[in-house]
Amino acid sequence: MTVANVRIDVPAIARRGEIIDIKTLVAHGMETGFRRTHLGVPIPRDIITTFVCLYNSVEVFRAELHPSISANPFLQFSTVATESGTLEFKWSGDNGFSAMQTARISVA
Amino acid sequence: MKQSSRRAFLTVASAGAAVAALPSAVRAQMTRTPLNNMPDAISKLVGTKAINKGRVTLGVPPLVENGHLVPLSVSVESAMTEADYVKAIHVFTERNPLPEMVTFRLGPRAGRAQVATRVRMADTQNVIAIAEMSDGSFWLDSVFMIVTLAACLEELPA
Repeated sequence: MTVANVRIDVPAIARRGEIIDIKTLVAHGMETGFRRTHLGVPIPRDIITTFVCLYNSVEVFRAELHPSISANPFLQFSTVATESGTLEFKWSGDNGFSAMQTARISVA
Repeated sequence: MKQSSRRAFLTVASAGAAVAALPSAVRAQMTRTPLNNMPDAISKLVGTKAINKGRVTLGVPPLVENGHLVPLSVSVESAMTEADYVKAIHVFTERNPLPEMVTFRLGPRAGRAQVATRVRMADTQNVIAIAEMSDGSFWLDSVFMIVTLAACLEELPA
């Protein structure tokens, strides 16, 4: 497991039923697999392929990434604040890449 | 013999000069990356179903200077209820090495169908966003984007 630098933007407090915006950023080079070195040697693909967001262990959002996604993948999405609890963010990709981050949200 | 090789050299050299003298737009056309198999990728997704135009808004800048980092957002008109919601949003490109860009999988718990990310663009090309609804229908929006500096064409420094 690679230690990854992850940034998450989630509101700490929300009203019940409110739609909250979530922004995530993860440090990753997203090597496309289409580039070559100056000697013509192909550089193998090394990308994040999957992102999942779980809200109290229930999946609310998922993204399938391809080499067309820029380095340091940024994702923005939304979810309805249903109850207080934990949001879990998981990234996985080539060469066993995996990163995880959690955020607490209290819903009133 | 010497004479003819000199002539051959001159012919090649002048041809090269002619190419260099072409307007940059024409040269850009000559070096454009080939089309990928986007139609196949889309028909693999939708099968024989019709894709309707509308409901989807693909937000990308019409002209980008740096193809390495292009902000892309997609929003879909949908009530986002248990009965009627956006199941997935697929983004395709015409001239990147692969037609698939990204797939977002949503559900009624998203509240609204609005997502954003940042993508790479290998060339001036069409970008297409297709929304897959819970009732099985497909909706699309497409934008033609002009890219000044293309991603993924440069070589790595030593």
